[in-house]
Amino acid sequence: MQSKMKESDPILEVENLSASTDNLTILKGVSLTVYPGEIHAIMGRNGCGKSTLSKIIAGHPSYTITNGEIKFLGENINSLEPEERSQSGIFLGFQYPIEIPGVSNLEFLRVSTNARRKFLNKEELDTFDFEELVKEKLEIVKMDQAFLSRSVNQGFSGGEKKRNEILQMALLEPKIAILDETDSGLDIDALRIVASGIKKISNAQTGIILITHYQRLLDEIKPNYVHVMSDGQIIKTGESDLALELEKKGYEWTDNFIKET
Amino acid sequence: MVNENLVKDVVKEPYKYGFITDIETEKIDKGLNEDIIKLISQKKEEPKFLLDFRLKAFKKWQKMKEPDWAALGYKKIDYQDIIYYSAPKQKEKISSLDEVDPKLLETFDKLGIPLTEQKKLTNVAVDAVFDSVSIATTFREELAEHGVIFCSISEAVKNHGDLIEKYLGTVVPASDNYFAALNSAVFSDGSFVYIPKGVTCPMDLSSYFRINSGDSGQFERTLIIAEESSSVSYLEGCTAPMFDTNTLHAAVVELIALDDASIKYSTVQNWYAGDEEGVGGIFNFVTKRGKCLGKRSKISWSQVETGSAITWKYPSCLLLGEESVGEFYSVALTNNLQQADTGTKMIHIGPKTKSTIVSKGISAGNSKNSYRGLVKMGTKATGSRNYSQCDSMLIGDQASANTFPYIKSQQPNSEIEHEASTCRISEDQLFYLQSRGIEFEEAVSMMVSGFCRDVFNQLPMEFAAEADKLLALKLEGSVG
Repeated sequence: MQSKMKESDPILEVENLSASTDNLTILKGVSLTVYPGEIHAIMGRNGCGKSTLSKIIAGHPSYTITNGEIKFLGENINSLEPEERSQSGIFLGFQYPIEIPGVSNLEFLRVSTNARRKFLNKEELDTFDFEELVKEKLEIVKMDQAFLSRSVNQGFSGGEKKRNEILQMALLEPKIAILDETDSGLDIDALRIVASGIKKISNAQTGIILITHYQRLLDEIKPNYVHVMSDGQIIKTGESDLALELEKKGYEWTDNFIKET
Repeated sequence: MVNENLVKDVVKEPYKYGFITDIETEKIDKGLNEDIIKLISQKKEEPKFLLDFRLKAFKKWQKMKEPDWAALGYKKIDYQDIIYYSAPKQKEKISSLDEVDPKLLETFDKLGIPLTEQKKLTNVAVDAVFDSVSIATTFREELAEHGVIFCSISEAVKNHGDLIEKYLGTVVPASDNYFAALNSAVFSDGSFVYIPKGVTCPMDLSSYFRINSGDSGQFERTLIIAEESSSVSYLEGCTAPMFDTNTLHAAVVELIALDDASIKYSTVQNWYAGDEEGVGGIFNFVTKRGKCLGKRSKISWSQVETGSAITWKYPSCLLLGEESVGEFYSVALTNNLQQADTGTKMIHIGPKTKSTIVSKGISAGNSKNSYRGLVKMGTKATGSRNYSQCDSMLIGDQASANTFPYIKSQQPNSEIEHEASTCRISEDQLFYLQSRGIEFEEAVSMMVSGFCRDVFNQLPMEFAAEADKLLALKLEGSVG
């Protein structure tokens, strides 16, 4: 798919991936390669398989891979547990972050961060040191410390939940972040905060996949590649102007495409 | 679902207290009759009033029927097939801990309750009960300096007979229920606490109950009296070895709080629960009740119930004194084929009395977990209030949870508020935590702890940590 010569090895390679849940085939041969420093956008109608693709990469147990493979840093990760994928540097920003009653956000973030640090052979942080770190990261998403003492996502507004996701991304410093409709339900200001957060966290070594319906996020974070998904397949890949064209013409325009090979 | 099976694996708990201490014991013959009761009383060199108390209770018990209203199913108990007195053989009189059989000290060491001078816990006084007798009580002298009496109930009968005669059976009368009557007839040992007027007990008091023998029942009796303006925090722990037979445990606990006194009673119950097929385990039929006699007195029960094959237990408060306060905070975890029917009764008798009930039931495996509670507002309980919150969490799809809240109000000028919820650990929640690098087991245990947080916050510090650990242990499994 990428035509340019790449200097480094890919972070993520999805090769001809097919997957199903409850005997229903959702992905029908998806291929996608992400190199360090690249930003990919995946667009498409609801139900086209975008979210499923992101969940499968993160290891959601409800889906079965029927064909193809997912490689992370050159290794097949098809059979890794979700926690192993996270620890090794795969991050999924949820479209609908889950509420966990009674579990303090601070403790959750700390356990999560330490799991990643342990993998990286970094020293695990106690509550005191972690608070220092998290305060620093809170700045990135302009969140108040009060968020830390609340239960995970419980009673958070839509925007607060999304910012909490980006906070987690900032703490985990993943190699690749898949952000599933992180822009949905955000007002303009919150969108800017989230977008600038993503930009601050990412660098030349990280890869990003943005799953979105809207151009407005892509105005803030310019993708290198835009993929259009339909019925479990990537039917068109282009550069950032493809998103603009798509916005102008609507998904109907893509209905006539056949899968590019 | 893939995770459903994983959850089932995770909740298979290893029971770490299942060992048996090999020690010579003095046991009496199986069976229950007047002669057995007389023999127990004689062995304990009891005064006549107590023997009379026992015999009267036995007569009542004979006329009573074993209750069957609880949501529990179990094989009928053969009361003639139980040994009612079993004690480790020791020297006649023990004057110091050095004379206690080292095997017994070792047993309590292994349970994490060191008793010897060098090793004993620094901020908690412990009364260690092994089968039918109390082995040792630590910090007695230090407590005596404050006028606090903390000893086994057998000792209290000998040395403080007046207090026993005055208070025993005044909160839980022998005729109260089948198991209370049985206990009143055959109780062997337990703890006695007396906090004099104006004294704040300088340290937490704790009793540790250990059932060692497989064929004898344990019938302990605890009595705590807090005089005017005094306060005490009391902790109770229980374990038993793994036997493939069921052992009966029928205890009675009575608490009395006078004007401005407060008693906090916390339990971590981890009796052997039986194996995965439901073979063995303790039958735990316990009557616990506190009487807030005085004005502004307060009794607070907190319990973490994780063990026993059967739990039948309703720590209650009789709120007599004006503005007295009753509290009940409970976590009950059942797994495999365990059954728990537990809750509380808050009986508001005096005016402006207040009660709070927070119950958290967690059922895993094929277990059955019921909350059963009664809130009653008497005719004089004007301006009284109750708040109840009963939450259930289901793990897996084979477990069941019930809530039976009974409310009786004879006082229109009182308030009763009840909230209930049931939740299941969802696959989405687990996936969310896992996708943040948190191991499956830790994710389950985090959610369970979170669910129980309101109750854990009420436990004394060192107990809260233990309870958290215990739940994690119960949820720890063979995965990974």
